[in-house]
Amino acid sequence: MILTQEEQEILEQGDARAEALREQIQVGEFFGAERMVPVANAHFTGDPEVFGAAGIAYLERMTNAGLKVVVPTSRNATCVDLDQMESFQQLASLAKEEVGVRKSLTTLGVLVVNTCIGYQTLYQPRLGEHVAWGDTGTVAYANSVLGARSNYEAGTASLLAGITGRTPGYGFHLDENRRANAVVTVTAEMTDLAHWGALGAFAGSAYRGYDNVPAIVLPEGVVPSSDALKHLAAAIASYGSMAMFHVVGHTPEAATLEQACGNRKRLGEAEFGQTDLEGYLGRAEPGAAAPDVVVFTAPQLSLFEMQGLAQKLQGRKVKAETKLIITTNRSVFVEAERTGLLEVLMGAGAAILQDTCWYLMDPAQQRKDFGWNTLVTNSAKLANIVKAHGYAPTIMTTGDCILAATVPVESQAKES
Amino acid sequence: MKYALKRAVGKTIEGEALVSPVPFSARYDLDRTRGIISRIDHPLRGESITGKIFISPGVQGGVAAGWALLAMAQRGVGFAGLVFGDTNPVMVQGAVTAGIPIASGIDGACLSGIKTGDRISLDPANMELTVLETVDGREL
Repeated sequence: MILTQEEQEILEQGDARAEALREQIQVGEFFGAERMVPVANAHFTGDPEVFGAAGIAYLERMTNAGLKVVVPTSRNATCVDLDQMESFQQLASLAKEEVGVRKSLTTLGVLVVNTCIGYQTLYQPRLGEHVAWGDTGTVAYANSVLGARSNYEAGTASLLAGITGRTPGYGFHLDENRRANAVVTVTAEMTDLAHWGALGAFAGSAYRGYDNVPAIVLPEGVVPSSDALKHLAAAIASYGSMAMFHVVGHTPEAATLEQACGNRKRLGEAEFGQTDLEGYLGRAEPGAAAPDVVVFTAPQLSLFEMQGLAQKLQGRKVKAETKLIITTNRSVFVEAERTGLLEVLMGAGAAILQDTCWYLMDPAQQRKDFGWNTLVTNSAKLANIVKAHGYAPTIMTTGDCILAATVPVESQAKES
Repeated sequence: MKYALKRAVGKTIEGEALVSPVPFSARYDLDRTRGIISRIDHPLRGESITGKIFISPGVQGGVAAGWALLAMAQRGVGFAGLVFGDTNPVMVQGAVTAGIPIASGIDGACLSGIKTGDRISLDPANMELTVLETVDGREL
């Protein structure tokens, strides 16, 4: 790789920062990067559940070496809501480790905001801005919706980028890799967040692979919201390991299909029709058995999503045999409380978790602890993940999730 | 028998091959405490990955892999090396942090030519994967 004078001087120091840069250079050399690129922002993903003692020790080595991030660096959702761990039977030892991790990250200069929707609540990089983000859904959103530039920066990689202020310039940092090489034309009716997750699942499964970039063509008049694109990004990353897509006419590098595709060789074209969409979805049938758990998460909910759920929950109560879980970040939680949404949601019997995204909270253990098996969600990403934890998931529209989880207040009064 | 690699980084190693016919997920395929393949429907379920050079057509899953490789290496139950048909930054970043050599770019001939139990060498500097000794005595 071609290194700048400053980068060579960092390496010559032979200290912990030099070690961080050397690790980044190895990754860059693997992918044939010519140089490092400066980043404006980094986003770190890691918690004690996923990295265990090895990760804790890694962070401690960094703090002991006196390292600090040199660009604003935020932290992704974590494995525990410290205020609600008892009701989810999480271990006290996990809380202790999490507190230690937060302390280490704070010492390194990381903002411990514990969110996977920082692009909705914290910072939106602009078109062409290089960042180093470490959560697959956030990377897909940054590249696709904002036109920022990031690879998946996993494990230590995003933290190293925060510390050196740069990242290897390969993959989605380069113009030539950002053009579409597949086209997905949508003819299905897209009216719910679950539909956008299903589209992500379809496109991700059809053109699976980190280097692949689908261009999505929507029906005339369909304008996706930030939350819709959030579910699309999360699902396309989850099902396809992809880091970028275009929505023609809606995302910044795809004013037209021609701009989205450039001269890149095309892998294929597919249509996402009504039958395809319905293949991903279950329905809340009257008289069907109540699901064990209904979860709104993956990604954390925006304030608008919280408002939408509060409206749907008016006059309804969560069924006695069902647990309804909603996860969000702390800033949305505070605003939901202030605007009265929280009162409605919790009044209906929903459990609201902050700082976490439910699938990070060891769902396999919760399945054992609470005897949960059937799970309903409007998140295609969550449905994909929890299968590996032994659940039988069903994706439903947001409205059907609420119908499956709740009964009208009067009917619950009659039952009791 | 030699196979060319397209991309590789890390030190040269020798070890026993463990060949998976399916893409690899560090988060969902493994018991990360014991270094055992544990996913119920995995064709190699029950096999130990410790000290093995793991060969697979590809990778799947999210950023957890970045940490899983380090955690297993520090417990002494980790891989000796990783070889994929295709890979992504997550696996490469995780391998570099854990000090595990990693390579990609093998084709179907390599996946069918190397068998679990073969003794092989992974040489990132020369971009080569070599079978040193076969498990069943077949000719090199």
